[in-house]
Amino acid sequence: MTDAVAWRGWLLDPAPASRRQARLGRWYRAWMAFRRNGLAMTGLGVVLLVVLMAVFAPLIADPSAATLQVLTERLQPASSAHWFGTDELGRDIFARIVFGARTTLVIVALVSVIVVPVGLGIGLPAGYFGGWIDAVLMRITDIFLSFPRLVLALAFAAALGPGIENAVIAISLTTWPPYARLARAETLTRRRAEFIEAAEMQGASHLRIVVSQIVPLCLPSVIIRLTLDMAGIILTAAGLGFLGLGAQPPAPEWGAMVSSGRQVLLDHWWVATIPGIAIFVTSVGFNLLGDGLRDVADSRAA
Amino acid sequence: MPAVRIATVAEDGWVGRFAKPIRRLGRLLFSVALTFLGLTCVTFFIGRVIPIDPVLAIVGDKASIATYNKVKIEIGLDQPIPVQYWRYLVKIVHGDFGNSIITSEPVLHDLMRVFPATLELSLLALVIGVALGVPLGVVAATHRGRWQDQVIRFVSLLGYSMPVFWLGLVGLLAFYAELGWVAGPGRIDVSYDDIVRPVTGLLTVDSLIEGEDEVFWNALSHLILPASILGYLSLAYVARMTRSFMLAQLKQEYVLATLAKGLSPFRVVWVHALGNVWVQLVTVIALTFGNLLEGAVLTETVFAWPGLGLYMKNSLFNADLNAVLGGTMLVGVVYIGLNMLSDLIYPIVDPRAREQR
Repeated sequence: MTDAVAWRGWLLDPAPASRRQARLGRWYRAWMAFRRNGLAMTGLGVVLLVVLMAVFAPLIADPSAATLQVLTERLQPASSAHWFGTDELGRDIFARIVFGARTTLVIVALVSVIVVPVGLGIGLPAGYFGGWIDAVLMRITDIFLSFPRLVLALAFAAALGPGIENAVIAISLTTWPPYARLARAETLTRRRAEFIEAAEMQGASHLRIVVSQIVPLCLPSVIIRLTLDMAGIILTAAGLGFLGLGAQPPAPEWGAMVSSGRQVLLDHWWVATIPGIAIFVTSVGFNLLGDGLRDVADSRAA
Repeated sequence: MPAVRIATVAEDGWVGRFAKPIRRLGRLLFSVALTFLGLTCVTFFIGRVIPIDPVLAIVGDKASIATYNKVKIEIGLDQPIPVQYWRYLVKIVHGDFGNSIITSEPVLHDLMRVFPATLELSLLALVIGVALGVPLGVVAATHRGRWQDQVIRFVSLLGYSMPVFWLGLVGLLAFYAELGWVAGPGRIDVSYDDIVRPVTGLLTVDSLIEGEDEVFWNALSHLILPASILGYLSLAYVARMTRSFMLAQLKQEYVLATLAKGLSPFRVVWVHALGNVWVQLVTVIALTFGNLLEGAVLTETVFAWPGLGLYMKNSLFNADLNAVLGGTMLVGVVYIGLNMLSDLIYPIVDPRAREQR
């Protein structure tokens, strides 16, 4: 107990002795502000739950049950053997939901991994160098920004063929522009700061300044934006899955599961409804988490 | 510095007064043209990267090399890419999107036929979304932190976390299958088909013009469920944006000044502050409308609504690339048009924006 108090004192020390202490202290204060926000904590809980469910999927549900077709047990309502019932091919819906979390999170993770570097790669030079580089890069960004997202993703998925990889490419292509704008705006506000000038006078190259001085300052707002975008990415991915352009059967994917439940909707409502609830709950979780993170960041800025 | 401004107006006279708006219009048109070019680049690229060989699709895999080459030259695939792009662009500008494989009619013709259904649905959804979303946003802002605010924020959070295709299915299950309050999928019952002559293409409007009450009520009962669901999703976004715009307005000093002058709080909020917010809302509404159009692909699939979205989805699964790209082009152009429109309206409703540029 005294250990915990000592740790707290060290973290909240108004005169930190090291950079590490200062940084950890800042994070701790942000965490305390975040913890007071009940809705945001709910969001964090939901997101953690989904992540854990995806990571430990084989321990939670029998891996073979997700794709195993038992035609004698088609369209059964919820029971102790099948918690969420079975679908039109006799597969256990609970197992498919659990393994579907993997599909969803893989898509979200891949989109993030593509979108953030591309956005930074376009936005940072635009803000840092200005002039015609800025003009050209931002024109390109504006062009992509005014494209209809789902329809373009649809056209891409149509041309490249259905599948997770192509869904990821299609979503990324229409998601990166706001990150470029964000990175540019953040860079512009820091560009004339004295610590940048100091680094310049020390002879640091442009690349070094951008990577070691500016990128770390952009990251917090990029991460918040990413959390807020997660729900949109999940919904777009589920939409593509619903249209048959995402993960291909028999792989469990929530959007595709809703779509296959449509045929039996009137008599067996659970087949289409339960995967939809999974999509909905996950995207609510990300939205609550993102809102909370933004509030914490805003209150520190003000 | 009023003296300087009077001088310039006097010197430049009539021309000078219009130079600024004209220059702004020019810049806007330039950026619209550039965006349009970008859009055509992307659709052209999609048309080229498709893994199927378009020549093979025409001649079949048993054709001789001579026939293959002849057809290849005929459809211009032997030309360098820039030349092919230029030809594509010229065709697009003339409204030639090629023929649809399914209907074997020009794609443009098909698009004109299906678009009114989508427009009818989106417009009603937009009206619902704005009529409810704006007041809710204002109330949330004036009651910041209290229960009204919490409830409204929560309702709109649920709205933009909702998978629209799922909400549509649940809505059909509840209001059509269980309660029987509304009509099911489709735009109108089969028995009422082809009674009304299309004038505007909007069934509800056309049936009113012809005085066919029964058709109107039937069309409306088909329309109301999808429109309400889309309206709810728009409401979520509109209310959220209205709230944050209003919060920014309520912080300003003129609010305090008008209150101090003795104006009723109701008038200050709903007339003065909201009046300033409309300017920003124009952009939000344009964006919402754009989202409704592209979301049509999902809703129209669920509700079997014979509009642009269903047309594109069906084309997609029949490998009808011309139709898919034509639809993409149409939505893209409307999108760009909406952006341009909100840019144009902005300085008209907000004099400050006129000075700045």
